Amino acid sequence: MFFVELSLGMLKKITITINGKKIQCSPDETIFKVAKNNDIEIPGLCGHPDFPPKANCRVCVVEIKGYNKLVTSCSEKATDGMVISTISERVKKARNLNLELIFAEHIEKCPTCAINSSCRLLYYAEKYKIEVRRFGERKTERKTYKFANAVEIDGSQCIDCRNCVDACSMLQKINYLEIKGKGINQEITPSKDLEVDCIYCGQCALHCPVNSAAEQSEWQEVEKLLQNPGDKKLVAMFAPSIRVSIGEEFGLPYGKVVTGQLAAALRKLGFNYVFDVIFGADITTVVEASELVTKLKAAKQITGDQSAIGNRQSAISHLPMITSCCPGWVKYAEFYHPELLPNLTSARSPHVHLAGAIKTYWAEKSGIDPKNIITVSIMPCTAKKFEAIRKELAVNGARPVDHVLTTREFAFLLKRNKISLGKLKPENSDNPARAGKSDPNSGAIQPNGAGSIYGASGGVMESALRTAAALICKGDKICDNRIDFKEARGMEGVKEADVTIGGHKLRIAVVNGIGHISPIIKKLADYDYIEVMACPGGCIGGGGQPIPTTPEIRRLRAEALYKIDKNAPLRKAHENKGVMEILKWLKTKGKLESQVLHTKYIKRG
Amino acid sequence: MADNNILYKIKKAGLIGRGGACFPVWKKWTAVKNAIDERPENDRKSCVICNASEGEPDVKKDFYILKNHPEKVIAGMLLALAYLGAKRGYLYINANYYRILRAKLEKAADGTPVEILVKPSGAGYIGGEETSILNAIEGKRIEPRLKPPFPFKAGLFGLPTLLNNVETFYNVALVEEGSYRPDRFVTIIEQSPKPTFKAFARLRKITKREVFLFPEDWTMEKILKKSGRLPSYKFFVQLGGGASGMVLNSSQLKNPLAGSGSITIYNLENHDPMELIRQWIGFFYGESCGKCVPCREGTFRVKEQLEKNDVNWPLVKELLNNLAETSFCGLGCSAPIAITSYFKNVFPLISDKNNVLASSQSKTVCECFS
Repeated sequence: MFFVELSLGMLKKITITINGKKIQCSPDETIFKVAKNNDIEIPGLCGHPDFPPKANCRVCVVEIKGYNKLVTSCSEKATDGMVISTISERVKKARNLNLELIFAEHIEKCPTCAINSSCRLLYYAEKYKIEVRRFGERKTERKTYKFANAVEIDGSQCIDCRNCVDACSMLQKINYLEIKGKGINQEITPSKDLEVDCIYCGQCALHCPVNSAAEQSEWQEVEKLLQNPGDKKLVAMFAPSIRVSIGEEFGLPYGKVVTGQLAAALRKLGFNYVFDVIFGADITTVVEASELVTKLKAAKQITGDQSAIGNRQSAISHLPMITSCCPGWVKYAEFYHPELLPNLTSARSPHVHLAGAIKTYWAEKSGIDPKNIITVSIMPCTAKKFEAIRKELAVNGARPVDHVLTTREFAFLLKRNKISLGKLKPENSDNPARAGKSDPNSGAIQPNGAGSIYGASGGVMESALRTAAALICKGDKICDNRIDFKEARGMEGVKEADVTIGGHKLRIAVVNGIGHISPIIKKLADYDYIEVMACPGGCIGGGGQPIPTTPEIRRLRAEALYKIDKNAPLRKAHENKGVMEILKWLKTKGKLESQVLHTKYIKRG
Repeated sequence: MADNNILYKIKKAGLIGRGGACFPVWKKWTAVKNAIDERPENDRKSCVICNASEGEPDVKKDFYILKNHPEKVIAGMLLALAYLGAKRGYLYINANYYRILRAKLEKAADGTPVEILVKPSGAGYIGGEETSILNAIEGKRIEPRLKPPFPFKAGLFGLPTLLNNVETFYNVALVEEGSYRPDRFVTIIEQSPKPTFKAFARLRKITKREVFLFPEDWTMEKILKKSGRLPSYKFFVQLGGGASGMVLNSSQLKNPLAGSGSITIYNLENHDPMELIRQWIGFFYGESCGKCVPCREGTFRVKEQLEKNDVNWPLVKELLNNLAETSFCGLGCSAPIAITSYFKNVFPLISDKNNVLASSQSKTVCECFS
């Protein structure tokens, strides 16, 4: 009965008036949303489509005929016949004053702020011509809290909107960020609870409207290197998901694929070589799929069960196997569930694989001393900064990845250097399997479809399944005919399926956002292979991505990646000849092979 | 509806909530009841909370009732529990009151499903706001919740929740007994003519404070006369509490007392206006939970202005207006009431107002707040 009423309610349209314009909408929509759908801009700073309305910034106030007080449009639902003004003098006065009060909370660091071009506070200040100097700044003495080398919260910029807390608690269910103090002494602080720790996912930063929660920036160091490289060769590596997101920073539509322009922009910025991390993802897939097949076979031998390879969780083969390319998830597992560490694949993550290959194979072939190579990763992620400094990743005693820039930092660097990405002529990336000079026009590789979908939740799983199938079928084309594993795709929090590869049933689960991990950890024995991405949507929704990132934007970015995959000439990682060549070379290098390909995890709880 | 039904009796008696909002009691009870009935048949839980936090400075009538009639308050709660079929009731009480009345209250609640919950220390003024109470009991940050959902629908732990004031439950018990008369408790406070203001509400010298019971339709003037508290000196009053109460001059007392039951009497000529308004805003500045911009930032900026030698009065007025217009909860919305009504109703009557405030400022103030 309830359900019927609900659907009737959704069908029934109502009419409201906003600024004299009659608008039809459904009664379950807020005024803010109706206005937005009808291109009427109402400003607001504390709302985000990922969260229920908080209505604490009081900037989205509107006047409704017959109401005594102004009303926050983010929380007020439209009702039939409502007459609303978003532009009356009364609204203007209240909204501007609240904006001024907020502005005085935020100590502007605009010239070096990575999101200065998309800052809503700045935009509103200009649009509504607010008097930004009426109130003195009151947060000069505020602390900055740093979380490892990945994320920070600069209290002097905080406008108390609490989106970071919502991201940390509601979305990610980590509960590391807390609100301390009352009134103007209110402050966002890290938890003192020893049972709770930051996983560096950066969702706080992604949801912060004013860059108070942000990545710990490294663009300054990278800029110095670019200006004065000395005898260093600067190597850029860009992540799969960047190509479908960074365009947004330059006014391009959501989901616009800019792979070629990215390569061009990186060269223009001064990088000597530009590599696509999709190549690294293919290495990861091959290493991870091999491990998966080995583990499954081991489990089968142990159980003696011939009907299905993945029917038991085995203590010895550590099934289910769990992906490890998401550093937020790895930190989570290390801190909260160290008992799961043996289940994590030993495969390193794509940019670490790629950087390792560059500083060994490619360096040798190119005759460049690895000590003179500086690798800079452009990542959708803040946790990658922490991953990059992990000592256990050292190759020949040195860090494979020297610097990590988030998408936002990289876009900021481009803008600082007046490089307009959208206007650049596309270029090719360099081939890590081929020695020699950087060549924007030829000799490049087409990105593999398998590696491209690493950027979306379910993509690592799907790529690994493609290659695992091939490994099981050993060249039998009829056995190994499946490419798409659509069960792994989509934006649901948890995706579960039984898939068949090489005639064997495999029970898989994909955790799309760390907030959805708990139920899966409770029933691990039900699965053979699990993918976990800490950020909703996977890397396309990563903590280092452009602001805003919303459910709709995540969907469009993911869609673009799957389109790349669909149209790619190669869609299986093991068909990447360069990757197989490098893996073959590494096999002859003794201990180096493991140093480049595998890692271990550390209990941190 | 049967004549012996408590709801019917409450409606017939015309009970209104005595927390200050004057909402008809039967309507609130009905809303909770309906919300319970909308729940699945096997999950019709609900709860009852008596708000005994009484955080408004000067108002002491709930204390008076709890001290003298604790069993009536509990009886009123039990009637609510029975009406709703609720299993648990909570008496959410001001920590000071609990310290003093503990033995009496525990005796009255003994053997009943009413549990006494002491308002957490530091909960402050906002800790008495109804949705903040829910957060306080649930162990969450003490600040108001976004409504809807309203407590009657999804209150404590998401259950339909009936929240009423001490005096309301007391009245419910009288209604059931058949002894209810349309009276109300009124705290009458007389401020000493020469107060030494430092920390508001605490160090303020109160010469007399007493709780009376009067018919609710008596005008304020009549209340003052009959209580023997009508001052012989020029005075003004603040109604419904020493922080959020509306300020009126002595000629504006022809109506019955609305809101929370208290009248604070001030000597018109002996209170420094700047001291007074600094205390009023200082109270709200100190008690703001920090959730919304107009209250958190607004009370701070008003306070900041009032500490200056050259106060920007139009800006103060604008900030106060913004508090009333855009605050998240009732605390913020009521923060400007005392100051604006003081300037409007009382300040122009002070004979040497141009001495206490520089005459140019005094003129601006009158213009701003007229």
